[in-house]
Amino acid sequence: MSTVAPNFAVKDPRAGDAGGGAPPSFGGGGDGDSGGNGGFDYGERLRRARLGLVLGLTAVIMLFVGFTSALLVRKGLPSFDAQTNTYSRDWVAINLPWTLLLVNTAVLLFSSLTMEFARRGIARQAALAPVKSIPGVTLGDEKPFPWLGSTVILGLGFLAGQLLVWRILHERHFFVNTGPSSSFAYLLFATHALHLAGGVIALLYAASTSWLLHKPVEAQRIVVDITAWYWHFMALLWIYILVLLMIVR
Amino acid sequence: MATSEVVHAHAAPQGFIRKYIFSLDHKVIGIQYFFLALTAVWVGMILSLFMRIHLIWPNADIPLIGHIQPETYLSLLTMHGTIMVFFVLTTAPQGGFGNYFLPIQIGAPDMAFPVLNMLSFWTTFVAFVIMLAAFFVTGGAPLHGWTGYPPLSAVQSTGPGEGLGADLWITSIAIFCAASLMGALNFITTTLDLRAKGMTLMRMPLTVWSWLITAILGLLAFGVLLSAGILMLMDRNLGTSFFLPVIVVNGQLMAHKGGSPLLWQHLFWFFGHPEVYIAILPGMGVASQVLSTFSRKPIFGYRAMVYAMLAIGFLGFMVWGHHMFMSGMSPYSAFAFSLLTMAIGVPSAIKTFNWLGTIHGGRVRFYTPMLFAIGFVSLFVSGGLSGPFLAQPALDIPLHDTYFVVGHFHLIMGVAAIFGIFAATYYWFPKMFGRMMNEGMGKAHFWLTFIGTYAIFMPMHYLGMAGHPRRYSQLTELAYLHPLIPVQRFMTYAAFVTIGAQLIFVVNLFWSMFKGQKAADNPWDATTLEWTTATPPPHDNFGGHTPVVTHGPYEYGVPGAARDFIMQNDPTPSTAH
Repeated sequence: MSTVAPNFAVKDPRAGDAGGGAPPSFGGGGDGDSGGNGGFDYGERLRRARLGLVLGLTAVIMLFVGFTSALLVRKGLPSFDAQTNTYSRDWVAINLPWTLLLVNTAVLLFSSLTMEFARRGIARQAALAPVKSIPGVTLGDEKPFPWLGSTVILGLGFLAGQLLVWRILHERHFFVNTGPSSSFAYLLFATHALHLAGGVIALLYAASTSWLLHKPVEAQRIVVDITAWYWHFMALLWIYILVLLMIVR
Repeated sequence: MATSEVVHAHAAPQGFIRKYIFSLDHKVIGIQYFFLALTAVWVGMILSLFMRIHLIWPNADIPLIGHIQPETYLSLLTMHGTIMVFFVLTTAPQGGFGNYFLPIQIGAPDMAFPVLNMLSFWTTFVAFVIMLAAFFVTGGAPLHGWTGYPPLSAVQSTGPGEGLGADLWITSIAIFCAASLMGALNFITTTLDLRAKGMTLMRMPLTVWSWLITAILGLLAFGVLLSAGILMLMDRNLGTSFFLPVIVVNGQLMAHKGGSPLLWQHLFWFFGHPEVYIAILPGMGVASQVLSTFSRKPIFGYRAMVYAMLAIGFLGFMVWGHHMFMSGMSPYSAFAFSLLTMAIGVPSAIKTFNWLGTIHGGRVRFYTPMLFAIGFVSLFVSGGLSGPFLAQPALDIPLHDTYFVVGHFHLIMGVAAIFGIFAATYYWFPKMFGRMMNEGMGKAHFWLTFIGTYAIFMPMHYLGMAGHPRRYSQLTELAYLHPLIPVQRFMTYAAFVTIGAQLIFVVNLFWSMFKGQKAADNPWDATTLEWTTATPPPHDNFGGHTPVVTHGPYEYGVPGAARDFIMQNDPTPSTAH
């Protein structure tokens, strides 16, 4: 039942049985990592997955809107000193390891670049897949550069770099409960790192779709495509966090 | 298997586990949500019964929990509120009926992302289990109310339930947020991307509009609650001071300093007020659908209904400050919040007017779903009218933290939304389970519940005006409360009757599921797409067909038509405008 043409039969409104459990009709409807993977309308599924991603990112934005407003409000609050009976600001500027943070930023931006190459590469593969399946047609079997693997390694490198940032902060005696500035730094770094780790898992999943699950390249392309946009968003979010911490020190 | 698979998202599953437990079918997931909410509502209702018993018989020993201490009372009210708001009012109308009927009503074979849909249900389930676990840990359930105000909620040592119980409470809510976000993005994508041919936005049933707008509210609101929950967990467990100023707890100076409890209130109510509309909007959609169907008339002012819901959703994000008039906010801010809050009265009045306009002059069929839809309108008006009182800072200051507020939000958010759920249950039960619910039991259930809930919640307004504070467990200690105890006694008796009436509902539900009269495909002579398919619908909803929509959702009593209703996929061209 690989038929593509939807059957637009209009039935009598009150006719009872609509045909029982016959194989379903139309629309695709997988979420890019689960659904049917017949040679069906991947363009439509890709568009749907991208829409879902945009909405998911909206939720992430709202999470960080919450954090940002808390940061701005908290910075302006006076603190009561019980010893002197006075109010003072308890915001101490945090001493961040900027060199390392900029190196991490460079790694992340570079990974965004390799991710983009991976995305375009697999889009090309997906576009050529139908041609390749024609018997007797070969397109030259050049081995593509492992952009996806590079992205995973760079992503893990960024996360390792972030761990190093935590170590250095510890050495400088900025702990999560030292003061509001370090609380927020840890909070924002950790939340971003968790989201990026989610991206790494998605990339590993994307790779496994072709190696382990033998899904067609079109299905893999959808996962890679939305992960790529997610990845770029994570790079933007990281820059936002850095700028925020730079301005609100 | 890769290239021969069918075009539907997933083939009909065979095994019991894939079919009923970890199902990808939006209909099964909808029913799972429905039963989760049904379980939760009984837990929440029994907690409220314990509270009502304690209020008038303070020395009574209650089965399971024994003698109620003041802190136990606070645990009961916290868990009652939390379970009802999150696991009933958010779960049943959207996760339950939305999941089941949104795809069918727009002519889609399933949700856009079936796996995500399954995940959001099971994540909600895990959140519910963690929430219930708070009862059974050392110290018991938390005391801080469903709004979780710090500092009470942000320090482990403030009370018996504020240790592990409160951590479980916040963790549960954070997980619930994640589940709701997954659900919301699925609902929005499905509505925008999977509509059948001809199903334009302005041909969508108002239920679909209400689920769409609810999902948008959820998408924007739950992320903010999640951020607040994370900050709260850090304050409680990592020694940070987001919400905690310098504070002495039980004679001990804590290490926290510089934070602000009001910060939590802002973040919480930025979620909390839209949450009110998340609970009530689907009810508005169901009421519109049912009133039109059973009045045999098109909905009065379809477009106005859509725009009114959009306006309510939009304004809902700008009024959170009206929960904080007592927090010492600038009178100018209070004025702005007050004005915006009262502005919500305008779209609400439009909706009420249009519902009445829909019934007016109709050939009304008083079946149980119709009774509950009318009850919804009644409760929406009664509960809504006390809103403009509380929206004014000058009136809110004396009424704040009294039973007036309790009466207000129970009528509008609690009971009105529940009436929406009941209307939906009686209306869609035949489609979901293939049998009709018993009308006699349904009507008895309606009248007892309708009168019973008014008898419980209307007196609360008078108590509030008499200055009766909420959350007090002992009414005998204060002389000025003594004359009010008979009113409390009346409300407890009314609660007994109302909860008893819910037994009728449960009996009717399960009896009808197995023994009810077999339902036709379209027992209510309704017009929307779910009534064009088999009862219950096949796995892909339309049995291999794709509906083509040629008509609006509420074409009843069209002059010149063969019957008094035209279904949305009727092939004859539309004449109604």
